[in-house]
Amino acid sequence: MSTATATEPQQGSAPTDVVRNWKTPVILAVLSVLSLLVFAIGAPDNSVTFRLSATNDALVLPDIVLSAVVTGWVTAILMLAAAVWSFQLVRSGRKVPGWLVTVFAVLFIVAFLTWVVGSARTPNVALYGLLAGSFTLAVPLIFGSLSGVLCERSGVVNIAIEGQLLFGAFSAAVAGSLSGNAFVGLAAAAIGGVLVSAVLAVFSIKYIVNQVIVGVVLNVLVSGLTGFLFSTVLSSDPAKWNSPPRLPIISIPVLSDIPVLGPILFEQSVVGYLMYIALAVIYVGLFHTKWGLRTRAVGEHPKAADTLGVKVNRMRFMNVLLAGVVAGFGGAFFTLVLVSSFGRDMTAGQGYIALAALIFGRWNPLGAFFAALLFGFATNLQYVLSALGSTVPNQFLAMLPYVVTIFAVAGLVGRARPPAASGVPYIKG
Amino acid sequence: MSADETGQQTGNRPEHGGKPAASDEQRLLAAAELGDGTQAPPAVPASAERLQPELREQQTVIQRIVTGNALVSVLAVVLALVAGGILIALTNEEVARTSSYFFARPQDMLIAAWTASSEAYIALFQGAVFNADGSTFTRMIYPLTQTLTVAAPLICAGLGVALAFRAGLFNIGAQGQIIIGATLAAWVGFSWHLPVGLHLLLVILAGIVGGALWGGLVGLLKAKTGAHEVIVSIMLNYVAINLVLYLLTIPAFQRPGSTNPISPQLDETAMYPPLFGDAFRLHWGFIVAILATAFAWWLLNRSTIGFELRAVGSNPHAARTAGISVTKGYVVVMVIAGALAGLAGTAQVAGTEQVLTAGVAASFGFDAITVALLGRSTPWGTFAAGVLFGAFRAGGVTMQTNTGTAIDIVLVVQSLIVLFIAAPPLVRAIFRLPEPGRLTAKPRKTASTGGAA
Repeated sequence: MSTATATEPQQGSAPTDVVRNWKTPVILAVLSVLSLLVFAIGAPDNSVTFRLSATNDALVLPDIVLSAVVTGWVTAILMLAAAVWSFQLVRSGRKVPGWLVTVFAVLFIVAFLTWVVGSARTPNVALYGLLAGSFTLAVPLIFGSLSGVLCERSGVVNIAIEGQLLFGAFSAAVAGSLSGNAFVGLAAAAIGGVLVSAVLAVFSIKYIVNQVIVGVVLNVLVSGLTGFLFSTVLSSDPAKWNSPPRLPIISIPVLSDIPVLGPILFEQSVVGYLMYIALAVIYVGLFHTKWGLRTRAVGEHPKAADTLGVKVNRMRFMNVLLAGVVAGFGGAFFTLVLVSSFGRDMTAGQGYIALAALIFGRWNPLGAFFAALLFGFATNLQYVLSALGSTVPNQFLAMLPYVVTIFAVAGLVGRARPPAASGVPYIKG
Repeated sequence: MSADETGQQTGNRPEHGGKPAASDEQRLLAAAELGDGTQAPPAVPASAERLQPELREQQTVIQRIVTGNALVSVLAVVLALVAGGILIALTNEEVARTSSYFFARPQDMLIAAWTASSEAYIALFQGAVFNADGSTFTRMIYPLTQTLTVAAPLICAGLGVALAFRAGLFNIGAQGQIIIGATLAAWVGFSWHLPVGLHLLLVILAGIVGGALWGGLVGLLKAKTGAHEVIVSIMLNYVAINLVLYLLTIPAFQRPGSTNPISPQLDETAMYPPLFGDAFRLHWGFIVAILATAFAWWLLNRSTIGFELRAVGSNPHAARTAGISVTKGYVVVMVIAGALAGLAGTAQVAGTEQVLTAGVAASFGFDAITVALLGRSTPWGTFAAGVLFGAFRAGGVTMQTNTGTAIDIVLVVQSLIVLFIAAPPLVRAIFRLPEPGRLTAKPRKTASTGGAA
């Protein structure tokens, strides 16, 4: 493993790709042995109920009841088989296919869920609730990482996602409270995000300050500014300044009646639907339009793009501002959907998680979307499990999303390749 | 640092014009390395054909930052303070009241605004440097010692971040490293009972080991698997905070007969002795911070490891070609960075706080990033920045209690200072200063330096 990575960057590209993948079998082997020891041998001796639909749903699905012992053993053996197979594949010089890793991940999640729910005091969990909660928690993360995609694809590192989310949340709360209209709040959130973006763009593109520095400092600045205004202005008269109305939940007829997925996907607030639109627009835009091609060109090889007549810095400026709009919507989610008031530092590091999701998703909107969902799932799982009375200490459950990320980034994603010019200012000439 | 720069500015620049003197050249060289160090390190080593122009571009940027003299730094602080003052005035109730008849009697509002912001800053100064209202000399200089007490962990952690910057790594993980270092140090401090001297030594060592472990993990993962150090260090921060939260729920880390998430007090033998007697909270942790700064300076500028680290940070490709192991460099620098952050944790549990709580690291780990940035990733620069931020933090508390100005304003001022210092062209534009190196600007420039001096 070590020799592989030591030689890999020297030679660069293709021939070493095969060698590098030793990492995946090793990680798979470690995880499958772990699940054999914990989920199979240490399986609790009872059965686990997964409820798929609420009793008042239009179409009620039967509950899934699994024996923890049987599930633990079956999944562990399948995982071991997958690990062994991946070793053989790599030995014969082939790559471990992506679907195998995906299947492995699904097996691991099933095994873990069965084990952890099975060892809780009430081994009965509403799967639809778990998924719905995950999706809700993932919404701001998705907005945040989409904002990161827009910036980084055009060559500007965006560490300021946290600041954009926080300022979006703040603006939404204040404008929503003052106007009494949640949609005004939503618009204000976008403007708030753009303001943070504008500072990022001016300093990193016009004044060529190191983009990471600007990002980090902007986060501190927004945290200080909103904290200051919160404790002076907002707390002086919360009824006037800090009680925004909530955005209504709109359920789409027919679609929301689909079992399990319907209530999760199609009973959202406007922000939730905006998220779908943003995801689709950014994905299609980035990979199937002239704008997207130019954006990617500017992020990969600005000089080439410039030679062909693309205005590199203007392109970057516009994309960073657009990213502010996207992140601002994500911020609005905190104060207009989740709770209806602004709190000091209420984004609590979600911007950094979004950054991680962006890298985890390999700078691809869809990848970032699924990575954000994973984070949402892990976070919600922690809440659900502590409510079920799990025997695992709460703090370890809270660590779960972060440990999963470390494993994923170190083992499965590996040497992620950011847009080549990300973080490099473009100076013409 | 600022005196040094002023001297250089008045001494060298006007005579040599655009052509830098020998000392300047050295400085530029160091800055070029620093530039690469502070640049967001790419997850993948840059491809060869790209590196050259990129390096050149960065050099021009850094050249600009470095030739930005002490004057720009001073003006940046002034600007940040003015912006903070405006913010304080805008949110002041008296100002709001008088603004309602602004057009009838504008002076009322202006006076109110001036009073609000100047009172806040005076309180900040009194809380951070010198309190002239104190009854005894001890009370008068007490604020200064408070500043240094707060500065100690900031300096140590800032050094860790700065060193990592110099090797091209962006270490956001100082927070987690402080926490783990503090946890281990505290555990040795309250559960082992050893003679004076040995105990403290082991506590410091435990702090170093804890931080080094947590930092080394980041370096190891980066080196072996290519995992992005930003993600890994952020994630490890969360793991660390949850780990300490968990530890504080088990009896081994709690006070006997209590279930509160707070550890027993460390033994007397395990704590840094006070530096100036019991009247002050300032402890030997500050001396350790000075030693750590000297060590970091030596490491970077005089040792082989430091040379290798800077080489890795400047250009991993060239470093590898020269036979320097980049992967080893990543691990080594993160171990050292973690160890320094661990020292910060030790200063907290064995000096300032004397117990382990979940909030032991406060926000030092994140402040350390701004400290390192402000100190331009040089050891003594970081030291100075640490003292400045320590002053803001210590003074901010007094300001909040005395004038009711929320302490968050300190964050605003701090971040604005870093922003402005990082963008000298902006500061110059605001104050209409000429670009550096432009010969025609010579007379105006000397005049403005004279004004600042």
